[in-house]
Amino acid sequence: MNAPNSFRTGPDESGHFGMFGGRFVAETLMPLILDLEKAYQDAKADPAYKAEMDAGLKHYVGRPSPLYFAERLTEHLRAGAGEGLGAKIYFKREELNHTGSHKVNNVLGQILLARRMGKPRIIAETGAGQHGVATATLCARYGLKCVVYMGALDVSRQAPNVFRMKMLGAEVVPVQAGAKTLKDAMNEALRDWVTNVHDTFYCIGTVAGPHPYPAMVRDFQSIIGHETRAQMLEQEGRLPDSLIACIGGGSNAMGLFHPFLDDPHVKIWGVEAAGHGIPSGQHAASLTGGRPGVLHGNRTYLLMDDDGQIAEAHSISAGLDYPGIGPEHSWLHDTGRANYISATDEEALAAFQLVSRLEGIIPALEPAHALAKVIDLAPTLPKDHLMVVNLSGRGDKDIPQVADILGTRI
Amino acid sequence: MSSRLTQRFEACAREGRAALVTFVTAGDPDHDTSLALLKALPAAGSDVIEFGVPFTDPMADGPAIQAAGLRALKNGQTLVKTLAMVRAFRETDTTTPVVLMGYYNPVYIYGVERFLVDAKAAGVDGLVVVDLPPEEDNELCLPALAAGLAFIRLATPTTDDKRLPAVLKNTAGFVYYVSIAGITGAGSADAGAVAQAVTRIKAHTPLPVAVGFGVKTPAQAAAIAANADGVVVGSALIDALRGTLDAEEKATPATIPAVTRLVSALAEAVRTARPAAAE
Repeated sequence: MNAPNSFRTGPDESGHFGMFGGRFVAETLMPLILDLEKAYQDAKADPAYKAEMDAGLKHYVGRPSPLYFAERLTEHLRAGAGEGLGAKIYFKREELNHTGSHKVNNVLGQILLARRMGKPRIIAETGAGQHGVATATLCARYGLKCVVYMGALDVSRQAPNVFRMKMLGAEVVPVQAGAKTLKDAMNEALRDWVTNVHDTFYCIGTVAGPHPYPAMVRDFQSIIGHETRAQMLEQEGRLPDSLIACIGGGSNAMGLFHPFLDDPHVKIWGVEAAGHGIPSGQHAASLTGGRPGVLHGNRTYLLMDDDGQIAEAHSISAGLDYPGIGPEHSWLHDTGRANYISATDEEALAAFQLVSRLEGIIPALEPAHALAKVIDLAPTLPKDHLMVVNLSGRGDKDIPQVADILGTRI
Repeated sequence: MSSRLTQRFEACAREGRAALVTFVTAGDPDHDTSLALLKALPAAGSDVIEFGVPFTDPMADGPAIQAAGLRALKNGQTLVKTLAMVRAFRETDTTTPVVLMGYYNPVYIYGVERFLVDAKAAGVDGLVVVDLPPEEDNELCLPALAAGLAFIRLATPTTDDKRLPAVLKNTAGFVYYVSIAGITGAGSADAGAVAQAVTRIKAHTPLPVAVGFGVKTPAQAAAIAANADGVVVGSALIDALRGTLDAEEKATPATIPAVTRLVSALAEAVRTARPAAAE
């Protein structure tokens, strides 16, 4: 595929990034997503909306999040590297945001939009529960009714977040269909939306779904990359040499990557969840192990069988346990602008523990996948290579699950 | 084109009644039972058959049709087998229209061009693909029309007068009016509101308008049939089928009769819906 002049202009008017994206939804929803697209265009052009966003991001979310030099992790990886090797590692501290992850950046934008549209009822799907918690939080803040769909398996493995959502006044609906994970939660949220068309706003948590969601969620998350750019210029006097982030649907990664897509010397790595390993077939690596198909409103890489039936994903991380990926990532993959690799459950678990001990930061299992690949890549890169990893969420929610896996009773 | 569909709706209109459109899922609960059921539907009173193509993630379907699809998939149903079942049906029935209804991904993965050739050859008359709105007409709708297959569009309560022409533009065979904003098998529509919607749609198109979603009983079917050109019943038939399965969800001798009995009752209902047309 020929490289475009810019990687930052997509999607086109019909919501396509190359062949990916689009609006594959039932007719009942089509008028709703056209309304949403128009409302978002209007909001983007309204200084009052921007001012409300900026104030919320600063005073409620707590932005900007720090760009932190992870000195001990850097030294640790240099110790095992060859002469002159061992990249300088920075963490973009999205785990310090209110609610503990990057998810709140997007939810704030969508909730303010829902208010402009006069929609009093908010629905959301959630995997790890981080998007659900962020949505429940903003609904509490603005006095909106909140219903969160969550796979029944995820309800059991992310119990702390389920309780948080309930504390915040949200209704959490466990979804019993399919593998009882994120994909099934999204199906059920779509069924709710198609039933409650007049008063309900669907707050999608990642850069997937029908147009305009992939572009809109990316725009809200791009503050991660914009801040990183400014902070790196301030701290090092130049741009980073590489960016790395974990990918389920891919919103934290897209938020970090997008502002750098037209800086060709900035290398970009997205890390998918390899579960028990790609050859095992039990993974969530859509780009590595899938092919283009249509699900949840967009064409993108999906895990599926030869009959076009969607496969069950597997990952230790509920937030990455999804058989698809945002369509813009599929396009960046096919154009070669970004590199997509994967980390297994075991590698993520090891990184989770290493970073906790070395940096005093307990990462969520999701960014632990990105950290696992930092552990592989940093020792192969020169010492003056500046590498930014998106620490997209904190690990408090994973403590019971990790304790269980490590055989510790708490 | 789509002559079987046109002929069947015209024949029903001549009889002064609505057509009964019945939905069953291909391969539910297993291939052989499903094929036998398919062959039994016309004699029971079905005028048009909607044959559901199972999909793992049927976003517009309620619990009954979701479960039917999963039963079929568990027993090895594929799109290849579904087309073969239509081919087998056509060996003994050359007049009853068969419409495949489902989601885009299985067709996309089969390959659009190859699918259209194979579906046409098998004797399929039309397609209802839930997740392909007019905005995505280049994907399958326009190629299907070119291949001589009707692409039957869904119009819904959210499709306003401004949008309706776009929805009707490339539709053929009939228009499928979704009577409620919701999923299949959910609450029932108010017959008065449906009659208004049918009148509104018919002002924009000469095509027959069939009404579905939430039609469960012969009485409801009769109420809809008073004004619509067709009545679609799906989840209620699936519920009747499921009620006869054994503990392992396998078919029993009661399975096919339970479905055909309800089809006959519904067929009777659409025939008595308009007093003026009574024989």
